[in-house]
Amino acid sequence: MPLYRDEAVVLRTHKLGEADRIITLLSRRHGRLRAVARGVRRTTSRWGSRLEPFAHVDLQLAEGRSLDTITQAETLTPFGAGMGGDYQCYTAGTVMLETAERLVTEDKEPAVQQFLLLVGGLRAMTGGERQPGHVLDSYLLRSLAVAGYAPTFLHCAGCGLEGPHRYFNHAAGGVLCVTCRVPGSASPAPATILMMSALLTGDWNEVERLSTTEPRAEREATGIVSAYLSWHLERGLRSLPYVDRARREATPVGALLEDRFPVIPADG
Amino acid sequence: MYEGVVQDLIDELGRLPGVGPKGAQRIAFHLLAADPTDVRRLAEALVEVTVKVKFCKTCFNVSSEDHCRICRDPRRDPSVLCLVEEYKDVVAIERTREFRGRYHVLGGAISPIDGIGPEQLHIRELMVRLADGAVTEVILATDPNLEGEATATYLTRMLKPLGLRVTRLASGLPVGGDLEYADEVTLGRAFAGRRSADD
Ligand SMILES: [Zn+2]
Repeated sequence: MPLYRDEAVVLRTHKLGEADRIITLLSRRHGRLRAVARGVRRTTSRWGSRLEPFAHVDLQLAEGRSLDTITQAETLTPFGAGMGGDYQCYTAGTVMLETAERLVTEDKEPAVQQFLLLVGGLRAMTGGERQPGHVLDSYLLRSLAVAGYAPTFLHCAGCGLEGPHRYFNHAAGGVLCVTCRVPGSASPAPATILMMSALLTGDWNEVERLSTTEPRAEREATGIVSAYLSWHLERGLRSLPYVDRARREATPVGALLEDRFPVIPADG
Repeated sequence: MYEGVVQDLIDELGRLPGVGPKGAQRIAFHLLAADPTDVRRLAEALVEVTVKVKFCKTCFNVSSEDHCRICRDPRRDPSVLCLVEEYKDVVAIERTREFRGRYHVLGGAISPIDGIGPEQLHIRELMVRLADGAVTEVILATDPNLEGEATATYLTRMLKPLGLRVTRLASGLPVGGDLEYADEVTLGRAFAGRRSADD
């Protein structure tokens, strides 16, 4: 069996037989992959946490007839280490993984931009500097853009006229001017459109400013982003309704990765 | 392919965990050659399981009565409650003979990608159970994987405000293994959860 090597993020796992799992991955060079990991569910497994969702790993795989088999795995970034201990990151991060799996539609078709975007998104999510909900919404807009569904927030999606415009329509792919607007368009608050635009471009100062001064716009933006994503995915994401979006205090940079092994001492 | 009923039997056996197509055939032929009374006893046991096995109304463990053996046992400490994902975990912990309290089986772990959130688990029933104040310590014994960890995190957030002592099973190095093969998360946890050598 020919061997090959790649770098990947674990998107999800399925139980297979007694002790194995099928691991769905987004890899740098081979796009989306499904591969078997033998013995991974035993507590004495040599894989440990290396093949759990969120893990960013360097892999060696053996080509198989139907499924490839993972023969070696080394951790590059243990994104999963902090996720289980942070419920907001866990629920928001899971939506990122499911989105990546759904937007990359073919197995073994390179999707390097989606891969890099996901690694960057998980880095921001575990960095502790930003609200998990902001990282998620920004990631969703950007991964849609990479998939070819970039929404417009300034120019009218119908005629290209420069805005700001008042109407937003999923099918049209962004904001619409008064002339181009179609029935069923949403008319979000101006701050909501600014919020979505800042999330798409990654203008974090603007995101933070709007989030504190315009909390209603933030909620509205989240709703529109979710609806826009669901519209492009045909059927909705299973994980999206479970996102815990309560606002919280920022944690220091890198806090999640370095200091998140929440062991409660027995004498606590 | 075999005729009608024999093939049906092979197909049904093939759905059992750990039984492949070859194994299903082997078991089917064994049953065909076996004493019919033995086979009938097996069939009856299978039917009885579907009729008689219920889930404990208190802890959701498997039980042949309304309340399981552990919940009925007055010698079990009612002040300590151990939370597990599946009833199989109850068996695993019982085998250690370390635990003398009672259980609550959640029915899985929070896994949004599979459509399982807190509402799909027996968490509401847990909160009802804790309301009378009899339980003073809750041990979180969810699986030491991502979903189990996230479930424990969620439960900690729910239980801490109730003023309970909340503990989590230690995770660390498997007994009988080599340190050099441990992955970074396991080794990291083993460090974080280290304890004094003269305990
Ligand atoms: Zn019981």
